[in-house]
Amino acid sequence: MTAALRIGAGAGFADDRIEPALAMAEAGAVDYLVFECLAERTVAREVLARRADPDAGFNPHLRDRMEAVLPACVRHGIRIVSNMGGANPTAAAKATVETARMLGLGNLRCAAVTGDDVTDLVRVHPDLTVMETGAPIETILPQMVSANAYLGADAVLLGLRTGAEVVLTGRVADPSLFLAPAMHAFGWAPVDTGLLAQGTVMGHLLECAAQLTGGCFADPLRPEKYVPDMADIGNPIAEIGRDGALTLTKLPGTGGRLDRRTATEQLLYEVHDPAAYITPDCVLDLTGVDLLESGPDRVRVTGARARQAPDKLKVLVAHAQGYIGEGQVGYAGIGAVERARLAAEVVKERLRRRGFVYDEMRVDLIGCDSLHGGGSGPAAPYEVRLRIAGRTASRKAAQAVGFEVRAMHVNGPTGGGGGSVPIVRDVMAISSVLIPRALVRPQVTVMGGTP
Amino acid sequence: MTRVHDLAHARAGDKGNTSNIVVVAYDDRGWQRLERDLTVERVAAAFSVLGAGPVKRYGLPQLRALNFVIENALSGGVASSLSIDPHGKSLSALMLTIEMPENGETET
Repeated sequence: MTAALRIGAGAGFADDRIEPALAMAEAGAVDYLVFECLAERTVAREVLARRADPDAGFNPHLRDRMEAVLPACVRHGIRIVSNMGGANPTAAAKATVETARMLGLGNLRCAAVTGDDVTDLVRVHPDLTVMETGAPIETILPQMVSANAYLGADAVLLGLRTGAEVVLTGRVADPSLFLAPAMHAFGWAPVDTGLLAQGTVMGHLLECAAQLTGGCFADPLRPEKYVPDMADIGNPIAEIGRDGALTLTKLPGTGGRLDRRTATEQLLYEVHDPAAYITPDCVLDLTGVDLLESGPDRVRVTGARARQAPDKLKVLVAHAQGYIGEGQVGYAGIGAVERARLAAEVVKERLRRRGFVYDEMRVDLIGCDSLHGGGSGPAAPYEVRLRIAGRTASRKAAQAVGFEVRAMHVNGPTGGGGGSVPIVRDVMAISSVLIPRALVRPQVTVMGGTP
Repeated sequence: MTRVHDLAHARAGDKGNTSNIVVVAYDDRGWQRLERDLTVERVAAAFSVLGAGPVKRYGLPQLRALNFVIENALSGGVASSLSIDPHGKSLSALMLTIEMPENGETET
């Protein structure tokens, strides 16, 4: 039997740390390094960036990441797979080839996987049903910024089969980025649901990188949740065999931990029904999964099952929904809460008198009720931070929120300090629709690699 | 007083306007209590302050884990939420504050 394939996680979100990926490339002895960098809203942001600049629209850290890891990856023959292509995989591939050249690594071969952009397709199907509301998509089409289907491992495989050292995609289901290398290495077919199940659970467990190995885990009040050397949490590595045997581990000599407890939290992360976790590759059933500690920082994963892939793909439709404006200011000492509440009333009244209207406005007293609602925190803490946020169709109205909050420094109740720089951001709402798989055509373009 | 924090650890995830929170017991005794007493009703009551619900519960006994799926927990969804924590990452900590009935006590 051939040795197990080793797949390392390079990133777990768009703005993830770069050092763990570099350490993985240098010392992980992995065959593949996979960067998962697309949250639900990220593609829409990248679409806006691409509109402003046709060579932009991919993960803003792509060049930095490539600069860090490419020398070691080229040296060790590690292939890179990532959805850092965002809304412009071709430009991302071009930038990667350029980076490699700049580093003196020669003419790197880089594959761009496209076809996830189904904006035109959605536009001509106004009858598609929005999953969240049950209403037709028609009403939000005028505000639509992007529509991207979750491609599966089959699309990533197109890139891997070109022989490219780096495969960059746009919207691809997170686990598929990890499953595809295993399918490619072992020749697994889409009908091998048992193998796809193990490969998919592997991807699901690794896609958030350090969240499997001690990130998002420590609780100083519970010794069971101690995380060693948290400043240097090592990223996880999967060892998967041709028969689907799966063991998780992490980069040796790093901080963090990997055991049944960290793995259980991640196994159900962002899962709804554990018997039906739907991906473009299969419908994963986690109900029989067991996590067995087989050594220090080693967990064996057994019992994943799956049913055949669904015949429809999920599409995220991003639509502009105006702006959110926000400001903060702090109060402390006697009557801190009363002064914060008075400030909030004054700000709201000034915004009203200036004629601004808001679809929704929210007043938080940070330290009392901002995270878990009224009554969850102390009624009269020594200090409190007032936060006001408003959502509105008007950018001007959004700007006014933070502006009026900051004016509390000199034009509000006594002792207001530390006013924040006003924040305004675009609101990109997300709706989901399902479209028949046959309508979506993944494609691959190879950049570089020629003499 | 026993709270979920005494028996279990938790992690929250987001999808649209729905939060899912996995609760994992530290040991078998904790699991038995969670399995029996950390009911959908008890969780829904704790999250009603956020206007959240309905709540569904799934169990994975071999891992001593419960998965709660809480709809409408994210102030309209990550994208358009005015919340300071639009992903609801901190909601795992709200789950851990829930008070549990003492052993043998009947469900309220």
